[in-house]
Amino acid sequence: MTGRGGRLLHAYTWLLIAWLILPISVMILFGFNNPNGRYNQTWQGFTLKWYKDVFALDALTSALITSLTVAVLTALIAGALGTAIGYALGRYRFTGAGGLNLLMFAAISSPELVMGSSLLSLFVTMGFPLGTASITIAHVMFSISFVAIVVRARVMTLDRSLEEAAADLGANGWTTFWKVIFPIILPAVLSGVMLAFALSIDDFVITNFTAGTTETFPLWIWGATRVGLPPQVNVMGTMIFAIGVLFAVIANVRSRSRKA
Amino acid sequence: MDRAKRTLAPYLLVLPGGLWLLLFFAVPMVTMLSLSLQEGDIVNGFVFTGHWQNYTESLGDYRTQLIRSLVYGAITSFVLIVMAFPVAYWIAFYGGRRKATYLFLIMLPFFVSFVLRTISWRMLLTDDGVLLHPLKEAGILPGDFTVLGSPAAVIAGLVYSFLPFMVLPIYVALERIDPRVIEAARDLYAGPLTSFRKVVLPLALPGVFAGVLMTFVPASSDYVNSELLGSSETTMIGQVIQAKFLSNSDYPSASALSFTLMAVLLIGVFSYARALGTEDVMKVAAR
Repeated sequence: MTGRGGRLLHAYTWLLIAWLILPISVMILFGFNNPNGRYNQTWQGFTLKWYKDVFALDALTSALITSLTVAVLTALIAGALGTAIGYALGRYRFTGAGGLNLLMFAAISSPELVMGSSLLSLFVTMGFPLGTASITIAHVMFSISFVAIVVRARVMTLDRSLEEAAADLGANGWTTFWKVIFPIILPAVLSGVMLAFALSIDDFVITNFTAGTTETFPLWIWGATRVGLPPQVNVMGTMIFAIGVLFAVIANVRSRSRKA
Repeated sequence: MDRAKRTLAPYLLVLPGGLWLLLFFAVPMVTMLSLSLQEGDIVNGFVFTGHWQNYTESLGDYRTQLIRSLVYGAITSFVLIVMAFPVAYWIAFYGGRRKATYLFLIMLPFFVSFVLRTISWRMLLTDDGVLLHPLKEAGILPGDFTVLGSPAAVIAGLVYSFLPFMVLPIYVALERIDPRVIEAARDLYAGPLTSFRKVVLPLALPGVFAGVLMTFVPASSDYVNSELLGSSETTMIGQVIQAKFLSNSDYPSASALSFTLMAVLLIGVFSYARALGTEDVMKVAAR
């Protein structure tokens, strides 16, 4: 099946990957730039000073801290609630499961703009103050379904005889879950938690609507585009990118070694 | 006792998460619908009066932006099918042991914040930036050549933003194809083009369908790309809704526009599914 067509497609695939990586490379590169003025847009020379002064801008640093706080809370809450849903959907047949699936599908496929603006409508109508709490509520809302789907996929492949064996040995439902089931589905739970963290720290649109005057990392960048971005933004973006890639690679290698 | 516990268990498990989704996904939609029929202003408060004129007035004012958004979304999805299909095809059939690595590379942009990626594009495409400046110096492009602000820049940004969402579903559909089916077509004297058209393409269609759903909806409701890469000539409905909600606090007409957008997208998605025949799609997906 290979031949000229295959080689052409191969080259095209790499071209597309290069195009995908181009703006990321620009982001990383300009974290090492030494600009004269306010605009970090043309290459002026290599420096490491932005890595040294990465936390020099207080407003930017506190925006990053807000992002991290919300992401950790989202990962924990959506991780717990999503795991419970995913386990129930994978393990039991019950009336209402179809409706729940539909609700999750709707939450995944609705435009972020509509979800964000409708949440703002709710918060405004109820007089709920906008800030870290409202952002976290929103992020948990759109992350739950993703965690549930990841966990459900793993639970559905579970061997039911494990549970029976545990029951035969005198373990009750609670003990069986925590001693037998949970360790098996833990990798899926962890990847769901990581996914929720990544979705949260990256989110812009829904956060834009639910944040009020509070700023997260993406919101701070959005607000600063008009006056020009300081190179610290590139450094922080590079660090988030590097940590994300590192985690993904570790998870991938671990799942491969388990299969082998 | 055990039996009662077992029938109750799934409900107890889904209760907290299900409530969260109901309260913060479903209920807000109702609140927004109600808000879209209210009158008033941010100082004196809003009152429900069944003021449906919010719909007719805001649609009258922003029809151009709404249609433009749908057109940009449709062009984006179409360009994405053409761009993503060959890549998904190559990874599925020629990727070998490196399939996971290629998919990982396709997903790399997801590790950088959406806004930051788009700003990087603006830096690349700006008039005296790293891409255009050298080309102008070399005389390849005229000195007054500009990309930013044009519809092409916005659509290119949208295409970039959502490319992985087209590659992945097409890849999943192609990956499921048994290579022996293609061999069988060859044995029955189908040429490479015929076997592609009659065997591979129909089997890949559910993936393309899913890809269009996953790219058309976010692309036509996006406001980041048109704000950062466009101009007043490329204003999309998302920008209007965002400004009305967050800058003008004109909640009723903003809600009306937001609701209209969702309704149009839902109807579009639904009729699209009908036209393509979900029967076949479901049958292939079920295999």
